[in-house]
Amino acid sequence: MSNTSAVSSTTSTPIGTPLIHANVKTVALLLGVSILALLVYYFIGVDEGMISVFGKSMVAHEFFHDGRHLLGFPCH
Amino acid sequence: MVKQLIGRGALSGAVAGLVAFLFARIFAEPIISKAIAYESARDAMQDKLDKAQGLPVPAPGPDIFSRTIQMDVGIGAALILFGAAMGALVAVGYVIAIGRVGRVRPFTLALLIPAFYFAGAYFVPFLKYPANPPAIGHENTIKERGALFLVTVAVSCIALFLAVYFGQKLHKRLSLYSSVVTAAVGYMAVMAVLFLILPPLGHLHANVVEYGRQATETPLPLTDANGKIVFPGFPADLLAKFRVYSIVNQVILWGGIALLFAPQAQRLLDPAGAKAAKESRLVEGHTPVAV
Repeated sequence: MSNTSAVSSTTSTPIGTPLIHANVKTVALLLGVSILALLVYYFIGVDEGMISVFGKSMVAHEFFHDGRHLLGFPCH
Repeated sequence: MVKQLIGRGALSGAVAGLVAFLFARIFAEPIISKAIAYESARDAMQDKLDKAQGLPVPAPGPDIFSRTIQMDVGIGAALILFGAAMGALVAVGYVIAIGRVGRVRPFTLALLIPAFYFAGAYFVPFLKYPANPPAIGHENTIKERGALFLVTVAVSCIALFLAVYFGQKLHKRLSLYSSVVTAAVGYMAVMAVLFLILPPLGHLHANVVEYGRQATETPLPLTDANGKIVFPGFPADLLAKFRVYSIVNQVILWGGIALLFAPQAQRLLDPAGAKAAKESRLVEGHTPVAV
């Protein structure tokens, strides 16, 4: 690296080592974000359809109706 | 760094969702409205036929939101929220993958990950259970259809992850070309087997009982007591157009995430590359920096 530093300072280099490691804090953060994102996926695409946390209410289903169809989720 | 990347991923997704909404509002909504008009007219004819035979007429579905709200606000909210969530998931995959998937530059990896998500979470499952417009989909099979779709998406995502994971392992012994081809063939084989095992929607029990053994739930023509067609089946062109627009919509969404997220990730992780890319011009004696 030292003999090519003039080049590498101006060209993009691949990263050879992992950015993150499996410590509790990082895993908790990534898991939390993933669960939140999957909840959004669930409420836009699935809830008040095949299963429902709001019982027979159809508010989310009807509000997201067109998006649900276009995003490819089964509907009705 | 990780939190910044996730924030930028979610923001990129929200913006991509907004662009997808513009596309959907202009191009897809007229198709959706036509499908709903078909559904209403068909239901009216079905009710008329049922009444003529002395059968009970079902109650109509709820109209909580007007069509205007659904097509101007609801679909926008759905696409922006969906985009933000998918952008955050792209960032999660990105921070895990970086440094673990060989010598790929931060910029290139940020373009590749949304492409993999598009294929794994949407496009490949679409090949078995494609998007359907309103009017297609029987109410009494929603549980089975939902489960089949989610299982297909889950298996596809897990299989694609494993293909990438074992592809990396293979690359220790095989060339890049051989390991990528092997991993891709492995993923396709898993999905092919799944597609052969899972039933077509028309073969679900409730559908076979009511309509006979059809391939899909696409509405057939209505016939009167004499077998004469009194209302047409769902228009083929409308269905084809809806599905193409569904694909275009997701290409915009994931493509938007890739194009918005990649330069931001590069600035955070590879400032030298970002600087060189910014200064690169196509002039004589100056080679553009490869991404």
